[in-house]
Amino acid sequence: MTDPTPRPDAETYADADADAGTGTGTENCPPSARPPRWWRLLGRDRGAAVAAVVLALVFLVALFGRLFIGDRAIRQDLGASLRPPSLDHGFYGLLGTDVLGRSVLARLVEAAGTTLYVAVPAVLCSLVIGSALGMWAGYHGGWRENVAMRVADVILSFPSLLIAVVVLYVFAPSALNIVLILAIARVPVYLRTARAESAELRSRLFVDAARTFGTPSRNIIHRHILPIALPTLLTVATLDFCFVMLTESSLSFLGIGIQPPDVSWGLMVAQGRQYLQTAWWIAVLPGIAIVLTTVSATVLAAWVRLATDPGQRWRLTLPKKRRGARAAVPPEMIA
Amino acid sequence: MTTFLRKRIISSAVPLVFVVLGVFCLARLTGNPVDLYLPLSATPGQRAEFSAAHGFDDSIPVQLWHYLTQAAQLDFGTSLRTGQSATTMVLDAFPVTLQLAGMTMLLAILGALLVGSLAAHRPNSLIDRIAGLLSMTAASIPDFWFAIMGVLVFGVGLDLLPTSGTLGGPEIWVLPIATLLIRPFGVLVQVVRGSMVGALSAPYVKVARSKGAGAGRVVFGHALRNSVTPVLTVAGDLTVGLVNGAVIVETIFGWPGIGKLMIDSILQRDFAALQAAVLITAVTIFALNILVDVCQALIDPRVRQAVPA
Repeated sequence: MTDPTPRPDAETYADADADAGTGTGTENCPPSARPPRWWRLLGRDRGAAVAAVVLALVFLVALFGRLFIGDRAIRQDLGASLRPPSLDHGFYGLLGTDVLGRSVLARLVEAAGTTLYVAVPAVLCSLVIGSALGMWAGYHGGWRENVAMRVADVILSFPSLLIAVVVLYVFAPSALNIVLILAIARVPVYLRTARAESAELRSRLFVDAARTFGTPSRNIIHRHILPIALPTLLTVATLDFCFVMLTESSLSFLGIGIQPPDVSWGLMVAQGRQYLQTAWWIAVLPGIAIVLTTVSATVLAAWVRLATDPGQRWRLTLPKKRRGARAAVPPEMIA
Repeated sequence: MTTFLRKRIISSAVPLVFVVLGVFCLARLTGNPVDLYLPLSATPGQRAEFSAAHGFDDSIPVQLWHYLTQAAQLDFGTSLRTGQSATTMVLDAFPVTLQLAGMTMLLAILGALLVGSLAAHRPNSLIDRIAGLLSMTAASIPDFWFAIMGVLVFGVGLDLLPTSGTLGGPEIWVLPIATLLIRPFGVLVQVVRGSMVGALSAPYVKVARSKGAGAGRVVFGHALRNSVTPVLTVAGDLTVGLVNGAVIVETIFGWPGIGKLMIDSILQRDFAALQAAVLITAVTIFALNILVDVCQALIDPRVRQAVPA
């Protein structure tokens, strides 16, 4: 970048320089005030672009796939039982069939829908509830903060899989219950992040100024704290999407998640497990689908982190080697 | 140090109490075990007798009181499923999981410190990118699928490792530990790399370099100590998650550990065994959190001073 614009933020720049360890003056200049288009930023980062394409495909398949496959995911054909993946049996025979002769490809598409219908609402619920509570607790401090943090501690100190198992055993393992239990289990993650951000922001000058003018705390949180905390929260949400997907598939694998005749990727692995020695494709392929989706979400999370942070975004316009060594995601968010 | 310890113990004990109470209540919500253990043809008299014998006809507060007073004497009642004392069952199962989890975390932390430091030593180098991709993938692979793939490749295909069971030499440990290891390892590599990168650009590292310290001494002698604090925090959180993994791994590989005990007890409404298993897990996690805090305070004097409320 040979952009001659003066540096808008000397501190960021100095910091970045130290990180990159290059110290070669003008070339690393942050771009002009108008932020670059996000798809251009995405195009610059090949890994993130591939991840975004994979995720977009998965979402498209999940949304519209069912329109094309019809009833092929549940249509049984015992004559076609356990066919290996091959080109001989048309498009739906491409990835082989399971023991009842159902097309694995059609089932993968059907399962993509189920998996995302569980994961996306769960992530959105916990994101909204956790962030709202966390920002409220962090902004006000005092007993509200203490109570919120203790609640988060309690939920987090118990293995989420076991809570889910107990709850799903008490209440029927329907998709709605899975969404609810996953949402509750993940609320503390957002609660902690949002609280930390808002506790730090509440003593900033612009928040003080807003308070001095008599802005109600609800509006301060909405107008002044949320926009700054949002990038971090979105990054956490992208990472958490993986976690929720993995937990859902673990539950389905254990037999207390999605129930047949519905199908999810985890359930497909469980169903394929007993045919492992004779028909590997039934268990292997849904696993690959899970890995592709979760790895893409993780890669994209690192990119979202940079792209949504105005102080960091310019790094994405540089070639990767000169971008500096900043940790993409702060360690306390990963777990 | 004593004040620090006392505050940490008190703040960690609150979740412990809630977990114990919560499991008691949730377990009661799963329904009366009478339906599961007596045949459909049982007369109301037989059902009442079964309930009375196991104390299910008392009100919930009374049951809770019995549970708490007996738990204080380390008596968790008898298991409905096996007729054994729940304490014995849990004490048999616990060491299995403890060995598995301890070995896993040890390997994960040591491996992650090594790989993460190597990656952070030259950011954006080839090693860094490979480590980044590997750790992201490792943290995103579903553990049950990884276990099944391990069985498929090494157990069925190459016939090198046993597919399940706890009988045999050291090779029985390989697949269960590998399965449990991948996620903590992947996450920790990213954490180590992140905090190492931060530490390596700190002024005191520049001082160490300018004094002529070698790369190994700078990384492992100076930067590591400072960047190990977040690693410990995350490792503590991951250990809680390891119980999730233990449920999966012990189910797949047929290990008689605490994870399998818990899931079997839930599915068969074996309250006594479930509560004992959960309690011992919760106490272990509680002790572990304290241990992590103490380690951090020992390593980093700043933690000792900034005592959290």
